[in-house]
Amino acid sequence: MADTVIELRNIVKRFGKVVANNGVNLSVRKGEIHAIVGENGAGKSTLMKILYGLYHPDCGEIILNGCKISRNTPQNAIKNGIGMVHQHFMLIPPLTVTENVILGIEPAKKGILDLAFAAKEIQSLSDKFNLKIDPSKKIEELSVGENQRVEIIKVLYRGAEILILDEPTAVLTPQEVKEFFGVIKNLVSQGKTVIIITHKLDEVMDISDRITVMKQGRTINTLDTAKTSPREIARIMVGRDVLLKVDKKPMETGNTILSVENLSVMKNASVHALKEISFQIKAGEILGIAGVEGNGQTELIEAIMGLNIEKIVSGKVSLMDMEMSKKSTKYRLKSGFSHIPEDRHKRGLVLEFSVRDNLILGRHNDFSASGFLQEKSINSYSETLINDFDIRPPDADVAAEGLSGGNQQKIIVAREFSRNFEFLLAAQPTRGVDIGAIEFIHRRIIAARDEGKAVLLVSAELSEILSLSDTIAVLYKGRIAKIFNASSTNENELGAFMTGAAS
Amino acid sequence: MNKKRELLIEILVPIFAVLMALIFCDILILIYKESPYRVYKLLVEGTLLNPYGIGQVLFKTTPLIFSGLAVAFAFRSGLFNIGGEGQLYMGAFATAIAGMYMPSSVPFLIAVILCIFVGFMSGAVVGFIPGYLKARFGSHEVINTIMLNFIVLALINYLVVSYFKVPETLHTEEIVENARIMRLSAVMPFFKGSAVNLSFVIALVTCGIVYIILWKTKFGYELRAVGLNPSAAATAGINVKRTLISAMCISGGLAGMVGINYVMGYKYYFEEGFSSGLGFMGIAVALLGRNHPFGVILAAILFGILSQGGLVINAVVPKELVDILQAIVIICVVSSNSEVRRILSKSEK
Repeated sequence: MADTVIELRNIVKRFGKVVANNGVNLSVRKGEIHAIVGENGAGKSTLMKILYGLYHPDCGEIILNGCKISRNTPQNAIKNGIGMVHQHFMLIPPLTVTENVILGIEPAKKGILDLAFAAKEIQSLSDKFNLKIDPSKKIEELSVGENQRVEIIKVLYRGAEILILDEPTAVLTPQEVKEFFGVIKNLVSQGKTVIIITHKLDEVMDISDRITVMKQGRTINTLDTAKTSPREIARIMVGRDVLLKVDKKPMETGNTILSVENLSVMKNASVHALKEISFQIKAGEILGIAGVEGNGQTELIEAIMGLNIEKIVSGKVSLMDMEMSKKSTKYRLKSGFSHIPEDRHKRGLVLEFSVRDNLILGRHNDFSASGFLQEKSINSYSETLINDFDIRPPDADVAAEGLSGGNQQKIIVAREFSRNFEFLLAAQPTRGVDIGAIEFIHRRIIAARDEGKAVLLVSAELSEILSLSDTIAVLYKGRIAKIFNASSTNENELGAFMTGAAS
Repeated sequence: MNKKRELLIEILVPIFAVLMALIFCDILILIYKESPYRVYKLLVEGTLLNPYGIGQVLFKTTPLIFSGLAVAFAFRSGLFNIGGEGQLYMGAFATAIAGMYMPSSVPFLIAVILCIFVGFMSGAVVGFIPGYLKARFGSHEVINTIMLNFIVLALINYLVVSYFKVPETLHTEEIVENARIMRLSAVMPFFKGSAVNLSFVIALVTCGIVYIILWKTKFGYELRAVGLNPSAAATAGINVKRTLISAMCISGGLAGMVGINYVMGYKYYFEEGFSSGLGFMGIAVALLGRNHPFGVILAAILFGILSQGGLVINAVVPKELVDILQAIVIICVVSSNSEVRRILSKSEK
């Protein structure tokens, strides 16, 4: 049995009255890939922040290589060889890889920055771990996958032996994920230890040696990956059997509900974000838009909802033969559009507003009479939605910013499904949401389809697109590369069109 | 729990700020070789412990409520209205003109309401300009409101000096009898001799109305949504541009009501330089009042006390000390938010 490098004993961490970690025990062996899985709010991130010294536990012990660590700070953690790659990259786009990597620990000769020396070191790290990064390139010239590898170099450059990766694959395409797993295996084969936080069970099965499952602030179990199954892990995480595959009836389509014709949208004065996009969605159909982020999805969503009218150069958006292209967002919402925005913090919620106020956002016209908000009906409406959608904590007065990501998403989903709608635009409906909630949201979307609504699903998760959609359109560089029948395509084929490898 | 905590912070921050400011002031008074105790005693006696003082404090509080409300209202929509000074000049001037030319046959209540309405609308017009520029061209309201201050002040200066002044003075003719509002001392002899008038009550009522608009109406809901997250507001079908313009108009209108106190309740004419920075003081009042209408009342009273107190303590220390105290209070409010949160979260552990 390999040596234990990190051991956490009975870690407890409270925030006010909320117990984020409640008796966590974890032991990580040298040279293993240790996955930590759990629903949102299970305490994974808190635990990792404790390990990295960003939070101090209220009680419990951190033991590193057999020595107890008393006062853990990020500076100490780095000194002790612990490095963390955050979910959101912390890089400065106009600076080069070298400049980004050395930020904070700049090597200097007599007070003068020695960039050449740093670049050489970074190059050798990149070669050693096969990261394929050119230190002289600017961050803004690199792909998302390369950005992530720069983050890893940053950590390695500081001498990390143990790497904590927080949701590392959230932003990667299937091809990039494969490449990224190669990088991780490479790191481990050269003696590094990797702790990976994720909620994607298939990835966990692919890459990890052992899996620790967390639930409600506790570590429930640590399993050998080889001896378990996604079904078992999901059951431990959620506490009941979870349908990992979506059940759905064959599609029964009706009339065309939404049609987009020759839509072209500018990104700036000279560059198109979308070029001559056309598609239709019938009642009872889910059309999935697959594509690497940044290929025009955001502009498409905004164009359909009327949020970027000034950037549209040509084309038509219609709902059931009613031309909508020049109509306001308010008019569209009233006519039967429903919209789960792709970025819940930017477009979906007013974080400082209470859950109640967020539940009527965009529906507030339905709850006012002669200019005044109807508090009674708002209260009973929000109570009902909080119950039906199991929003936690079940308190309409709490500010939305105090809820976990999954529950914030539930506010939006509850609100948008409570509308009287014909067409649902669901953009990244399950981003950053835990398995239990994903299952719930997926069911709701399927149910809407079965009721004869038209659904446009935009998602960066190919598996989500594949399992929900009836039809799939691949968006590549602002054009629809191809439209597929969902039952006659697969991840590899879509992936090839998404990256422009096939056409 | 969350909400209670936020409320606690909203209340603690201004108190903390005032305490910090007092400590700084103690030091200044000591440097001046005076006893802080004596100075504060004088200040309190001169303002809160005699009827005339109280009346004068409320008199000075009244315009600050309006100008504070103006800033707070715009701020709730995410805009920083620094143009209060220009808006209130325009409002006060227009109120005076309306009052001068009002036929004396117009009955009291209607004359008063008309004059207030004209003041509000004139301020609103001055507020509309930066609001429209913001919505149409995205140009920053801070720059535009500051620039408008210069323009409006110069314009009114020109109008008063060239066309409307009473010879040998810098003020206009008096407004008609029926457009004047009564001193509170007329019904409450307690306030005898002080200039506090009915516009203080109008200010309080206005605070109540602003509260209702912001938290009970659809418009207020939309306005607050726009102020906190314009992208989400647009996604929810709220017309962000129209909301911003409306917010600036109302904000300008509220500033335009500042003149009621002076023109309709005190001197009965418009005078050059009557404001001396009331519009800018409004920023401080709104900040200290945490941009809440009821907070604005409390903050305006505090600044009213300080402003009246400055005259009282002038005998022992320079009254500039009070100006410094006011400035320190503002600095402390701006910087104590995170400090109070830190102390609070520590005490919760």
